[in-house]
Amino acid sequence: MDQGKREGMTLYLKIWRQPGPDVPGKFVDYQLAGVSPNMSFLEMLDVLNEDLIKKGELPVEFDNDCREGICGMCGIMINGSAHGHEDATTVCQLHMRHFKDRDHITIEPWRARAFPVIKDLVVDRNALDRIIAAGGFISVDTGGAPDANAIPISKVRVEEAMDAAACIQCGACVAACPNGSAALFTAAKISHLVNLPQGEPERRSRALRMVRQMDLEGFGNCSNHGECEAVCPKDISIKVIAQMRREFLRGILK
Amino acid sequence: MSTQVALDARIPDGPVQEKWDRRRFEVKLVNPANKRKYTIIVVGTGLAGASAAASLAELGYEVLAFCIQDSPRRAHSIAAQGGINAAKNYANDGDSIWRLFYDTVKGGDYRSREANVYRLAQVSVNIIDQCVAQGVPFAREYGGLLETRSFGGTQVARTFYARGQTGQQLLLGAYQALMRQVDKGKVTCLPRREMLDLVLVDGKARGIIVRDLLTGAIERHVGHAVVLATGGYGNAYYLSTNAVNSNASAIWRCYRRGAFFANPCYTQIHPTCIPVSGEHQSKLTLMSESLRNDGRVWVPKKAGDRRPPSEIPEGERDYYLERKYPSFGNLVPRDIASRSAKGVCDDGRGVGESGLAVYLDFEDTIQREGVEYIREKYGNLFDMYERITGENGYQTPMRIYPAVHYVMGGLWVDYNLMSAIPGLFVLGEANFSDHGANRLGASALMQGLADGYFVIPYTLGDYLATSAFRPTSEDADEFKQSADQARNRLERLLSIQGKRTPREFHREIGRIMWDYVGMARNEAGLKHAIQEIRRVREELWQDLKVPGSNDMLNKNLELASRVADYAELGELMAIDALHRRESCGGHFREESQTPEGEAKRDDANYSYVSAWEYPCSEGEPILHKEPLKFENVVPTQRTYK
Repeated sequence: MDQGKREGMTLYLKIWRQPGPDVPGKFVDYQLAGVSPNMSFLEMLDVLNEDLIKKGELPVEFDNDCREGICGMCGIMINGSAHGHEDATTVCQLHMRHFKDRDHITIEPWRARAFPVIKDLVVDRNALDRIIAAGGFISVDTGGAPDANAIPISKVRVEEAMDAAACIQCGACVAACPNGSAALFTAAKISHLVNLPQGEPERRSRALRMVRQMDLEGFGNCSNHGECEAVCPKDISIKVIAQMRREFLRGILK
Repeated sequence: MSTQVALDARIPDGPVQEKWDRRRFEVKLVNPANKRKYTIIVVGTGLAGASAAASLAELGYEVLAFCIQDSPRRAHSIAAQGGINAAKNYANDGDSIWRLFYDTVKGGDYRSREANVYRLAQVSVNIIDQCVAQGVPFAREYGGLLETRSFGGTQVARTFYARGQTGQQLLLGAYQALMRQVDKGKVTCLPRREMLDLVLVDGKARGIIVRDLLTGAIERHVGHAVVLATGGYGNAYYLSTNAVNSNASAIWRCYRRGAFFANPCYTQIHPTCIPVSGEHQSKLTLMSESLRNDGRVWVPKKAGDRRPPSEIPEGERDYYLERKYPSFGNLVPRDIASRSAKGVCDDGRGVGESGLAVYLDFEDTIQREGVEYIREKYGNLFDMYERITGENGYQTPMRIYPAVHYVMGGLWVDYNLMSAIPGLFVLGEANFSDHGANRLGASALMQGLADGYFVIPYTLGDYLATSAFRPTSEDADEFKQSADQARNRLERLLSIQGKRTPREFHREIGRIMWDYVGMARNEAGLKHAIQEIRRVREELWQDLKVPGSNDMLNKNLELASRVADYAELGELMAIDALHRRESCGGHFREESQTPEGEAKRDDANYSYVSAWEYPCSEGEPILHKEPLKFENVVPTQRTYK
């Protein structure tokens, strides 16, 4: 399509291009015309990619799936901010009406030691799955559960559990943290499970194992910057980290 | 059409209430010490796949779990908002297993299998117990017990929910159970893998061919059975509420290997989605249909009326649902609400820039109850609407339009959830079994988890215990041939180097499907669609342009492969829709309607499941019929006047 004839904004994009994990990357400049304010940020990148394919160039690879802010697959740094500058919004739900004609936009992958770049804006976040595998669950086999109403749980506690359980494992907290810490992510799962009586029997071993796994994966330590909370698209509060510390201590002091 | 084999669904004898008990007793068991000798391949890690993989590993089987995302927790079950049904009767409002069974059969417009639906209702109660034990934070009352609500027009409060994120929380429960088995070494997770083919040895499903999406490596994996839980094929329409990577390729490959495809034309089109804003649109977002409890749906009376809604006086508005269905009004079922919206837009009375939207107006409720009432009930939905459209739904009516949301069709399975290929089991949205021609709200989550937690652990064991397995390996000819074919197909897609991108072809197929195999279908349109899809398919293999190569992360190559499958599946959907000359549930044939314009079933001629077999050589697919017997629920005409 002839870019000059498209109506809409023109944007100047500076995008991180990296062919593979072991190949050095660099920023490449692109000019994109005809951006509609109704596009999502990822739809804007779709349009860019269609243009690149037609020109015989390789499109920009980025992870994404549900495009409605819940799967946690997408995530990029936009002008230095994880998921962009809109509050409580994943990048798939960020719309171009928040940008102006002739804006310059820098787009980078998550950067953290534990998230190696795979290609362009795609990073490897499997370390987060391994943290969950180290105890982010309640050990019940299928079939033996008592009646769902056998244990009453106060509404307040269940709401707190739900606040923490809303985490989508996107990794924005890690990317935003100057230390590359996964404390908010790990603590959210610990908080979700420890707020429920079902999670009680394993609380000590869970906190110990998950925190150890977090360290093993090469995530940094938490030094209370609070960047994680600021960028979290699901508004998870940093108070879960305090809860994780208590649980960890409880585990050690057993 | 060639000879039809009578399909045996292997439904147990006896009264419907006893069938599942009978089957559970009849099944042969695998000796606990022998379970570790069996490897089970599970493809897909949504509610059905993750729950199956975890449960089978708990029993002692070795499990390989595959998914296309970077983590098993991202499967599209995660996006389900509303809730999950279960016949717990905690609300003491008259619910029972029988009522949930009855509602589901009726809601499916009498095109589902009674025995399966009854079992679904039976195990629904166990699902809630299991999920609570896993730590799913369902909403609770102040007394600490579980809260339920009524959903999707049912008269009992049987829907359990976790805010607007029920799918997410249920999936996290299943995912965590899965990761626990990873920790124990019983499940090996293989993320970022896409299934390209099913491998048959001696006619049995014995393995799969996958592409490592990061390196392009074509891998061969061997097992004793394959469990497919790869979701629905709504993305055949290009725009749907599915995730952009949701696709039909796994089930389509299995169909081409001999599994039957059942009721491919049964699609559900959801009435309350945010309308398309332009050519760039990549997916559609659903808003919970609970909004219809307080919003009034209308369009201008006059075609082509472009005035803003605030300038259209009351007398010039057509509240068409309230007019046509005085007793149900804005709360008519999904299929009727969707078709009516299409009707007024076809009349030129649609609103918004595209003319493909209707208003959902909250003004009356706000006047009556105050804006806080609405904010408390639907605040998150209004926020989401504003985030996407930039409009404030409290001040100006929302614009909504129907969108493809779910497919009731899928691979044919028997009562044990086994497909026409021995050893290939199909769960969740990928199978056809429980929802007939229309699915009720909050029932997809229920079915996915029922299949994975409570059905497959029994029925798979029976298959293993009663089958003989010849030793095979990934070096066997069958594996080598399938891998070569899969690789060659990708190389072929890459070698075309034409002018049009995979997305352009996808969009074109989607437009044909939406226009002719969408909310209303007729003979001429369906025949036209079949011709058009064939034309696009031919063009695709001549003019496709895929960038890059096979040995790298290449999302356009992934898409190209999926779109090439939609170009075949779309035709089968149209063929099925053409052959079914009745209206039922989500399948509306314009030739078959009542004088009032409602869907008219033809029980005398179409009370069966259509199960299509891939033709061995060129030619039309072969139709097999599974007659539906209604021994407990008497089919009637649905009416919502």
